[in-house]
Amino acid sequence: MKSLRRLGAIAIKEFKQLSRDRVTFGMIVMLPLVQLLLFGYAINSVVRNIPIAIVDLSGNAAARVITEEVRVSQVVDIVAYYNTPAEAEAAIVAGDIRAALVFPENLTQRIVNGEIVGQWLVDGSDTMVSAALLALRGMPLHLEAGAPPGAYRPTAPSFEVALFFNPERRSAVNTVPGLTAIILTMTMIMFTSIALVREWELGNMELLITTPIRPLELMIGKLVPYIFIGILQVGIILGLGGLIFSVPFQGDLFSLAIITLAFISASLTLGLMISTVARTQLQAMQMTLFVLIPSILLSGFMFPFEAMPKLAQHIAELLPATHFIRLVRGVVLRGATAHDLSFDIGWLLAFTAIMLAIASLRFKKRLD
Amino acid sequence: MTELAVKTRGLSRKFGDLLAVDGVDLEVPSGQIYGFLGPNGSGKTTIIRMLCGLLTPSAGEATILNLEVPREAEALRTKIGYMTQNFSLYSDLTVEENMHFIASIYGLSRSEAKDRVGYLLDRYALEKLRARRAGAMSGGQRQRLALAAATVHKPIMLFLDEPTSAVDPQNRRDFWEKLFDLSDQGTTILVSTHYMDEAERCHQLAILEVGQLKAHGEPKDLMSALSHRVVEITGPDLRQVKEDSLKLPQVQSAAQQGLQLRILMTDNSDDPVQYLSAQLDHRGLSFSAARPSLEDVFVATTQNGDSK
Repeated sequence: MKSLRRLGAIAIKEFKQLSRDRVTFGMIVMLPLVQLLLFGYAINSVVRNIPIAIVDLSGNAAARVITEEVRVSQVVDIVAYYNTPAEAEAAIVAGDIRAALVFPENLTQRIVNGEIVGQWLVDGSDTMVSAALLALRGMPLHLEAGAPPGAYRPTAPSFEVALFFNPERRSAVNTVPGLTAIILTMTMIMFTSIALVREWELGNMELLITTPIRPLELMIGKLVPYIFIGILQVGIILGLGGLIFSVPFQGDLFSLAIITLAFISASLTLGLMISTVARTQLQAMQMTLFVLIPSILLSGFMFPFEAMPKLAQHIAELLPATHFIRLVRGVVLRGATAHDLSFDIGWLLAFTAIMLAIASLRFKKRLD
Repeated sequence: MTELAVKTRGLSRKFGDLLAVDGVDLEVPSGQIYGFLGPNGSGKTTIIRMLCGLLTPSAGEATILNLEVPREAEALRTKIGYMTQNFSLYSDLTVEENMHFIASIYGLSRSEAKDRVGYLLDRYALEKLRARRAGAMSGGQRQRLALAAATVHKPIMLFLDEPTSAVDPQNRRDFWEKLFDLSDQGTTILVSTHYMDEAERCHQLAILEVGQLKAHGEPKDLMSALSHRVVEITGPDLRQVKEDSLKLPQVQSAAQQGLQLRILMTDNSDDPVQYLSAQLDHRGLSFSAARPSLEDVFVATTQNGDSK
């Protein structure tokens, strides 16, 4: 009871201080607005190793040959085989694969007639990925196994591509949800990373640590107001993203709320952890940048995750933003539910718990 | 002797190579106002922080209200109040908000806090300032607020670190009135200062220099126990007399106070008036013996004859 009272006192105090700090409060609203407009246009790059699945309805040897040709192009990485297009679609929604190549039952006849031999089902929510797969549409196929040399003279492209979720291939559709991850990383980590340091610098902490407050109460109390701010920012970005850039919202609000809360918590506790390491506000800001820049570059916000070297991917996996970008694109663009994406949500929650524990343990009610 | 509120043995603290507090043995009786008198850098703040459990002693031990610090510091939290040297409440919160914040932190319920804060605002003449931001208050008002906040949870011991360093004399007197009220109610108060007049108000006093306890006891005992002699000189050109007197081996210090020059002699001077007039009387000066003041005690104990 007293514990809750102390936690509440800290939270209320933070709210009041925040509401009186006009510059900070202005930043909370202006930052998402400005960034939203700035990043409304996208960046392209060469894409490799996109995880895809094969759905072979023909059972034909030619399908295996074509599959092999697609594989050696290095654009894709075949990670799964499904029996029906529906299963492949479900896997795309869940984010397991970015695309699926479907061979029809009458594959042999199509090869003989020089028709389209297969269809790509592509997650169009990432424009760079879909662009890379669209390029495969006209790839030349050498089907020595299925027909005499020269027999296959296509009059149509080799494949037909069906773009899911973003058929017009507008980059804003991909950028805007990802932007929520960047803005939240920036504001959430920055505000909390200076939260404790500021109290040390202003001398308030010397008083606080002589009171019965426990480190965990202080930590959680400090976070509470920023949770609301994070939700406000996500609302601004996705709301205006919908209005200005017509970003569709495929998912449900409940799933969005869950993934957002998980990511906000992870970022806030990371900020707190920084706050227990940094000695000055300047140091705290520098450490925030240390997290922010890889979050922008490696998280899949700017460049597709699959296009990065393995080492960079491993580093990116450590960043909460990487997980949230997967989550938010999944929910907003593909209509995935929180249940579909439980791995990334679980990762963020575990990250939160670990950071909170480290911050509380590192925080000593001592001056030495 | 009454029960001890604070007892330390060989309390020491190093910061790197610097020995900030050096083997301090301290006994503070319950219910008294105990003063720490010392110049800046004498270790006053460091001792207070160690006693509050905020700093870990490098050596020695300290017991406050029968609790050993820093081991039992958490149990001590609700029993002590600490007023930091620099204002440490929130300057962007109002007087009332600051008070309610501290009350909640100490676990007072909403109704308890309302009563207690109302009482304290009235008691410390902050009623009219309740909606004022702490940052917009004068030094004296801020100190009253800090004292009110330090007593929200009715601590039985208060640590005040130079509480009046930025306060005008009238406000300082009022502030001390409040301290005596608290003392009458049984609160033990440990207060550090570098003002002589404040030190003289304390029941007991400890004089500190470079982290060492140089003398302690009741102010009047310290003054009467001083073996040094004090001579007051009046006459023309006291600046030059001061220069000359400081060259004499038996003179420890000389300080001009208005029209007088106050000379502190080392303790082996038998007849200081005779001695000084023999040395200096060729320019129409008059000499008289004087009672040592607390400042003389302070100068005699802290300079220890090695610097003039």
